[in-house]
Amino acid sequence: MTTANSRELIARRAEKEIANGDYVNLGIGMPTLVANYISPDKTVVLQSENGLLGIGPYPTGEEVDPDLINAGKETVTASLGAAYFDSAESFAMIRGGHIDVAILGGMEVSEKGDLANWMIPGKVIKGMGGAMDLVHGAKKIIVIMDHVSKKGEPKIKKQCDLPLTGKQVVNKIITERGLIEVTPDGLVLKEVFEGYTVQDIVESTGADLTIDVKQ
Amino acid sequence: MKTIYKSAQEAVEPIQDGMTLMVGGFGLVGIPEQLILALVEKGVKDLTIISNNCGIDEWGLGLLLKEKQIKKMIASYVGENKEFERQALSGELEVELTPQGTLAEKIRAGGAGIPAFFTPAGVGTEIAEGKEIRMFNGKEYVLEESLIADFSLVRALKADTFGNLVYNKTAMNFNPMMAAAGSVTIAEVEEIVEVGQLEPGFIHTPSIYVQGLLQAKQEKRIERLTTR
Repeated sequence: MTTANSRELIARRAEKEIANGDYVNLGIGMPTLVANYISPDKTVVLQSENGLLGIGPYPTGEEVDPDLINAGKETVTASLGAAYFDSAESFAMIRGGHIDVAILGGMEVSEKGDLANWMIPGKVIKGMGGAMDLVHGAKKIIVIMDHVSKKGEPKIKKQCDLPLTGKQVVNKIITERGLIEVTPDGLVLKEVFEGYTVQDIVESTGADLTIDVKQ
Repeated sequence: MKTIYKSAQEAVEPIQDGMTLMVGGFGLVGIPEQLILALVEKGVKDLTIISNNCGIDEWGLGLLLKEKQIKKMIASYVGENKEFERQALSGELEVELTPQGTLAEKIRAGGAGIPAFFTPAGVGTEIAEGKEIRMFNGKEYVLEESLIADFSLVRALKADTFGNLVYNKTAMNFNPMMAAAGSVTIAEVEEIVEVGQLEPGFIHTPSIYVQGLLQAKQEKRIERLTTR
C-alpha cells in the first residue's frame, strides 16, 4: 500500500508529464491529487468529463454550488476561461484526440500496455465510467498506481488477469518505486525512486523490464 | 406553447409499466428530482432506465431501485449504491454497463436519427464481445447501436413557455441529448419564463425536443461536499 508520502511522490512525478498549455483529464482517486502540484509556471486546463473544461480549486463554504461538480462528484469551482458543455461534447473532446494527457489509476497493466482498472469479477459492481473512452482518446495515457497489490503481488504483469479497460493503450506507468515506459519492444524502466533499487523493481514486476535508467 | 403541468404527478401520469425512460443527471447533479419522486409514488414497474448513474441509496433513482420498480438499468457508473449492488449480484436487476462516452453518443445518435456508430471505446474488452469490429485507418472500432426512449425526464435551470431550455453549469451533462432522444420529453425546471425572455443564441435545448414542462423546487443534494 502506498502511504500519503508515496502518493504525493507519485503525484508530483506525474505532474512533470504535463506541459505548459496542456489540456489534461485527471481520473478519480490518486490522479486527482496531481492537480495540487501543478507548477504555477504552467497554464494547464483540467477537463472533467461531466462537462467542464477548466476545473478550479475546491470552493470555499460560501462558493459551493450544488450544480458544479467534477467527475468524482466533488463540489468544485470553474477557473477563469472555463466552459460548460454536455456529455456528448465532453467525450467528443476525449475521443477526438483533443486532450493532451490523461492520468488514470490502475489495477493491472500488461507488458503491452493493456490496462485493467474497472472491475473485479464477483466483487463490487461499479462500472467503467469514462475510462474506456479516455484510454483511446488522449494523446498520452499515464497510469499511476501502487507497484504491488495489497498482498504484495505485482500489478505490472505479462498479461492482465482482470477484465480489460483497454488494449495497448498505456504509455507510461508511475509507481512509488519508479517510472516505466511502454514501448513496442516491451517495458523499459527509466527511473528508480528514492528508497528502491533496480533489483527491487525487477523483483516486484511480473513482466520483463529493459533497464535504461540514467544515473 | 407547451403543456405546463400543475404537478409532478400529472406530468408522469402517462408513464406506464414496462416503458423505457431516459433520466438526466450525473451523480445527483441535474436529475429531475420531483419527477423521480412522482414515479416512486405512482408505483410504475418493470422500467428500463437509461441514466449515467443510479442515484444513491436514499435519493434520485436509488428510490425507484429500492421499490424494485426498475427491471433493467443502462448506465456507466453505479458505484455509489449498495442496493444496486445487491440487486445486480442477485440477478434481480438486469444491468448493461456502457462506457460513459459511448452512452452519451448512443443517446445523441438516437435523438439525431443515427442508428449505430463505430467507436474505439471498449475494443478488446468484454464490452465489445459479440459486436461487429471494423478497421478504419489501421485502428479497430466497435459498432454500437443508438438508444431512444418512450419518455425522457430532464432537468434544466430555465424554460420559456415554448419549451426552450437553459441548463446551469455541470447540471447540463446528459440532459440535452436525452431531451432529443425521448418520444416524449418532460423538463423539470427551476423557473418558467415568458417566451422571448431567453436569448435565442444562448439556448441549450431548442423547444422542438420538449413536449411538457414542470416548474418545481429541487433540494439539490450534494454527494461529496468538498471545500477549500
